[in-house]
Amino acid sequence: MSKPKFVYVTYIRTTPEKLWAALTDPQTIKRYWFNITAECAFTPGSPWHLKFEDGRTADSGQILESDPPKRLMIRWRNEFKPELKAEGYSRCTMEIEMADYYPDFGGKAAKLTITHELEGEGTRFIEAVSGGWPKVLSNLKSLLETGDVAFKTKP
Amino acid sequence: MIDPSQFKPKTAYVIYIASTPEKVWQSLTSSDFTRKYFWDRSIEIEPRPGGDFVLRLPDGRINVKGKVIDWNPPHKLSVTWQVAWPEDFRKLPQCVVSYEIAQAGDAVRLTMTESHSWEVPEAILSGGRTGWPAILSSLKSLLETGKPLAITMAPPTAMIEAIKRLK
Repeated sequence: MSKPKFVYVTYIRTTPEKLWAALTDPQTIKRYWFNITAECAFTPGSPWHLKFEDGRTADSGQILESDPPKRLMIRWRNEFKPELKAEGYSRCTMEIEMADYYPDFGGKAAKLTITHELEGEGTRFIEAVSGGWPKVLSNLKSLLETGDVAFKTKP
Repeated sequence: MIDPSQFKPKTAYVIYIASTPEKVWQSLTSSDFTRKYFWDRSIEIEPRPGGDFVLRLPDGRINVKGKVIDWNPPHKLSVTWQVAWPEDFRKLPQCVVSYEIAQAGDAVRLTMTESHSWEVPEAILSGGRTGWPAILSSLKSLLETGKPLAITMAPPTAMIEAIKRLK
């Protein structure tokens, strides 16, 4: 039996460098991640925290790999829901690749693949992130392509 | 007609779009939209359960054909999905593709589900898992920016090989 895992791919009309910046810049993250703030240097070994607006810690962990603008791996644990925290650490890998367009459209596109896998056993954490990632990444795609997010308020 | 309860979801993709349910419905059912985001394919669909459904290539050949199972605008569309081109792909048993559209706050949630009636090898599922994110990313770009994001891609090699091995 393989470990529970969530994989999501999205294509965004942007460059790998701009996408990397959006994944690691706290001010940008706050815009597409429903006011969540990231505290992290995004270098290998850095501690990593996501915080709610009121200062509570949502998630915490550490950067395992950072290879701009291609690959980021975060060791990640939920901190605000006991039943999710109990499942322990997960690993979230973000990979950025270039994607080819039809020639008549020109320009560049970036392919973002998120793979989120639990280190141990359990299903609730992966279920929770499976619901969350499509909202966050749809918002990120809108922000990079239109300058505004898809959700003005959190659904 | 098929018995939908025999088809189990194997691949799902959820995307949120700054649009209206009506506009998303229109983009799924009108060739003016599908030709832009679905690799130039046009759609022919009879607006009723049991109606015929066809995805057609620009040269007139049929790419996919099937029957409408659910026609409930602008909430749910599902069709049987039999690949007719490339020729080798005709060996694939038909699957069911469903789209569900729901208002989610000030955006629209579109959920695509691909369901199968047999023990599908992972290599064959990789086809949909590769294609749907590109198709639906392009649909979102089209509705939000007026321009599709037509990514160039081909079916995964592992899928083509697995289809060759099918009886």
